[in-house]
Amino acid sequence: MPDEAAARPNLIRALRETAVTALLAFGLFLPLIGFNTVQNIRNELVLETRWPLLLAIVAILAGLRFLHLVVVAPLMAERARASSRPATLPTTLPSWAMPAVIGFVLIYPLLAMLIAGPGAGKWIDNFGIQILIYVLLGWGLNIVVGLAGLLDLGYVAFYAIGAYTCALLGKQFDLSFWMLLPLAGILAAFWGVLLGFPVLRLRGDYLAVVTLAFGEIIRLVLINWKDVTQGSAGIGGLPRPTFFGLPFNASPDGFAARLGLEFSPLHRPLFLYYVVLAVVVLTAIVIGRLRQLPVGRAWEALREDEIACRSLGINTTNAKLAAFASGAFFGGLAGALFTARQGFISPESVNFSESALILAIVVLGGMGSTVGVAIAAVVIIGGTELLRELGFLKQIFGAEFDPAQYRMLLFGFAMVLIIAWKPRGFIGMREPTLVLKRRKAIDAELREEHG
Amino acid sequence: MSAPVPPILHVEHLTMRFGGLVAVHDLSFTAERGAITALIGPNGAGKTTVFNCITGFYKPSEGRIALQFGAEDLWNELDALTQSGKRGRVRRDGALYLLERMPDYLVSQRARVARTFQNIRLFPGMTVLENLIVAQHKTLMRASGWSVLGALGTRSYRNAEHAAIEKARYWLEQTGLTERADDPASQLPYGGQQRLEIARAMCTDPALLCLDEPAAGLNPSESAALSDFLRAIRRDHDVSMLLIEHDMSVVMEISDHVIVLDHGIKIADGTCEQVRNDPKVIAAYLGVEDEEVPAVEAEVGI
Repeated sequence: MPDEAAARPNLIRALRETAVTALLAFGLFLPLIGFNTVQNIRNELVLETRWPLLLAIVAILAGLRFLHLVVVAPLMAERARASSRPATLPTTLPSWAMPAVIGFVLIYPLLAMLIAGPGAGKWIDNFGIQILIYVLLGWGLNIVVGLAGLLDLGYVAFYAIGAYTCALLGKQFDLSFWMLLPLAGILAAFWGVLLGFPVLRLRGDYLAVVTLAFGEIIRLVLINWKDVTQGSAGIGGLPRPTFFGLPFNASPDGFAARLGLEFSPLHRPLFLYYVVLAVVVLTAIVIGRLRQLPVGRAWEALREDEIACRSLGINTTNAKLAAFASGAFFGGLAGALFTARQGFISPESVNFSESALILAIVVLGGMGSTVGVAIAAVVIIGGTELLRELGFLKQIFGAEFDPAQYRMLLFGFAMVLIIAWKPRGFIGMREPTLVLKRRKAIDAELREEHG
Repeated sequence: MSAPVPPILHVEHLTMRFGGLVAVHDLSFTAERGAITALIGPNGAGKTTVFNCITGFYKPSEGRIALQFGAEDLWNELDALTQSGKRGRVRRDGALYLLERMPDYLVSQRARVARTFQNIRLFPGMTVLENLIVAQHKTLMRASGWSVLGALGTRSYRNAEHAAIEKARYWLEQTGLTERADDPASQLPYGGQQRLEIARAMCTDPALLCLDEPAAGLNPSESAALSDFLRAIRRDHDVSMLLIEHDMSVVMEISDHVIVLDHGIKIADGTCEQVRNDPKVIAAYLGVEDEEVPAVEAEVGI
């Protein structure tokens, strides 16, 4: 059989490459892992060897390499061949997907309480609320980066402005959370326009650098303007959302007492979850609408070709400002919700890695795709949170193994794998905003042919 | 001479300098209303620079570019407008604009000048239909109440959107792209992309359509089809055209008026017949000195 004849040299080649990988790994990890220096009780440095661990790691790497060569690589090649054919693209998600997702997020906290009991707070707060806040942030940045094509590396600045608006105005004027929420969004949008003006002439890398600087300026102002922001110490004791004026505490005026319920610390996260969910749903509707409006189409046209836009009478300055302002608005809302969740804000929460994380969500989700960004937020934020729960690995690697230390490493691996698997993000398709006859999704690759 | 036709575009003493390089020098010409005016010349003659000045992408170093549509008597106000320092004079029955005072997007939005590009500039990832809808941004933006009414989904906005789709449908039929309406623009063959770019420019409802080498890369039969298409547009729509083209079969077939540029200077201006027989034009195209032209003409048999 010709297939077998072709398979054999492939196998031999794979074995040879596996041997090379094993050798390389051995050479690399021998000094790093094979030897270990330990201080003994007399403060002497003792050289220890860790042969089993070294061999295990080399074996794992060699095995992975072999698996990749024999199984994954042919699959990828097959997929590449398949996608080069004019394939019919899957147009939309199945019709039951949307109701199912909505149903799930609606009952999620109740499910968590049912399964985890009193420990459900973590699942509602760290997973539910936090993921939803990042969904909001992802969507906000998606307007700027995904739709309008303006690379913004300082998006967290708007998140900070929203959060500090809430904190400062709340403390100073004793405004309720419900007043502060829209105010945070509006003020962030205002700053978005302010940032927009000087940077409108810039594109691509230059724009990215200036927005990066803007993010840092905001953070440094927050750290150094101690009279107002209390610097690195942060601001605590922020107003928490109330249930129509009823605070969530154990006092006789509290939510539980007034409604005749037994006080539970879960009431507040539960309520906040639904508040954040409502904001997220509203945002999804607004962004969906915006995409269908002339301003949304102008954003996408701007991403595709700015000069053509101007030749068609589109004021690209206004379109960019609108993109910056809307993106910043949702960032501000997310910031306000963040303070509601934490009750505390410090410049520590708004450093560059947050901007990078939000950008990673947008890129991984698929630029411009609302659904994709939501999926990416669940995967990334949910994933990093889940990685905290790796206690079971101790049973495999021994009691002194600390899985928390490997969290970011695994996170990095996962990102690389996702991008290798889906270079255009989870949803690399673009849904047309209008159809004449038949709805077809547009593969992101097509967008770049003429870029 | 036939009866004088009022001009749509009046270019006077246009000069464009890039540092020490003079791309266009003291160019004056007039494009007549409802006519097709061709701008020809060897490579590097400054044709596209003239286009970029007219459409506001460049700010001319010197000169006046006046465009007028609607009531013709507005031309009488040209000098007053120039003195006033304003960029345009708008009346209920027409408008007069000084294009050199306007940014590019206003030239399209207010002065109703649409253009295509030498290297086609579509929105490649958007569908053919979306390309035509984006071109109607001005109308739709107004109808959507700068997004407020549109976001609320009012009936007036939905009607406007419906009208925009109908207009797009008309142009899809004219360009033979109806079947491809929901495909991304980048998937069209080259000729289709070129027609789509012209249709997209027409969707902005222009008074003056500037076409930068629309026949580039087309074979003779496609060029002939393009000539028919452009003639049909002029017949059915109240639009004047300014055309840069190297394909002389297209230029000679559809142009009413030809202007020849060489090294940024106008060397001839007239009907196709006049230009074709102008020794300076022949010299510019064949690259000989004026004195040698008779010899060259004898050789090529004119």
